[in-house]
Amino acid sequence: MGNRKIFLFFSLGVAALMTGCRSPDVYYWGHYENLVYITYTKPDKATPELQASIMEEDMHKAISANKPLPPGFHAHLGNLYYQMGKTDLAVQEFQKEKAQFPESTVFMDRLIANLTTK
Amino acid sequence: MSARFFNLWILIVSLALAGCVTRKPYDYTAFRAHPPRSIVVLPPLNQSTDIKGTYSYLSTVTRPLAEMGYYVFPVAEVDQLMKENGLPTAGEMHQVPLNKIGEIIGADSVLYVTLTKYGSKYEVLSSVTTVAVDAKLVDVKTGVTIWEGTATVQQSSGDSGGGIIGALVTAAATQIVNSATDPAHDVSSLANYQLFTPKNYGLLYGPYFPKDKEQ
Repeated sequence: MGNRKIFLFFSLGVAALMTGCRSPDVYYWGHYENLVYITYTKPDKATPELQASIMEEDMHKAISANKPLPPGFHAHLGNLYYQMGKTDLAVQEFQKEKAQFPESTVFMDRLIANLTTK
Repeated sequence: MSARFFNLWILIVSLALAGCVTRKPYDYTAFRAHPPRSIVVLPPLNQSTDIKGTYSYLSTVTRPLAEMGYYVFPVAEVDQLMKENGLPTAGEMHQVPLNKIGEIIGADSVLYVTLTKYGSKYEVLSSVTTVAVDAKLVDVKTGVTIWEGTATVQQSSGDSGGGIIGALVTAAATQIVNSATDPAHDVSSLANYQLFTPKNYGLLYGPYFPKDKEQ
């Protein structure tokens, strides 16, 4: 009995230590970084259409998880829409990146300007 | 006092002293003088023999930096813009003057990374994967280096195994997974965590880091 209590106490302590090591993420990451990786390693498999559909799904999941999307997410999705020829959607995503993270303003404005001149 | 006893005594004293050695705290004066809100990470220089290293590493660096509270520019789009502007390699991108980076990207700081080691060495039952990085964070406006760090992570594929049978099963399982991916890719994530964590000479938290989580 005493042993069991000690064991329980010890386990709780270990669990507390382990959770202390890494606090939960602020952002809902979904597949953003994985898709960036695949873009470079398997460009033939990571078509913009496939990537965009995965990211759209991630967006819904982020809403149900009630977590913000990470820096770069909307910009990457916007670039995919651009590659698919959906310029309006691309601009919308770049605007979303800018609204969520004003630090991206200069870069997003540049990407938007590039879309309209290309 | 006999010589043997004396040696033992020296040994004990040196062990005790070794236990007391504490690393001197990192000097964050420059960091605090130019605290960045945003970081642009350029593709790393790759000194390893594995050419996959550059972009494999680049796709593991956003998460740890963003989770520490920084705006991290979209790595693939930054890389693409540089390439479209006549800079096909990481080496050339690292030469871009800071005022250009400020003008084109609008970043507060640039993270320059060098992969000193990247890859796996295969042995009979296991493999050893090593990723080693050097990194430097530079303030765009002043050119001051506000932080420098280094990390090495080595992982043996046998680490999670339990004896030979365990190792064989793990080897078979990892082979399936690894036929698609590269073990050094996952080790890059670990290296980044070690590189940036404030517990280990890492970065200070950025503006998006939740205040209640700061220790």
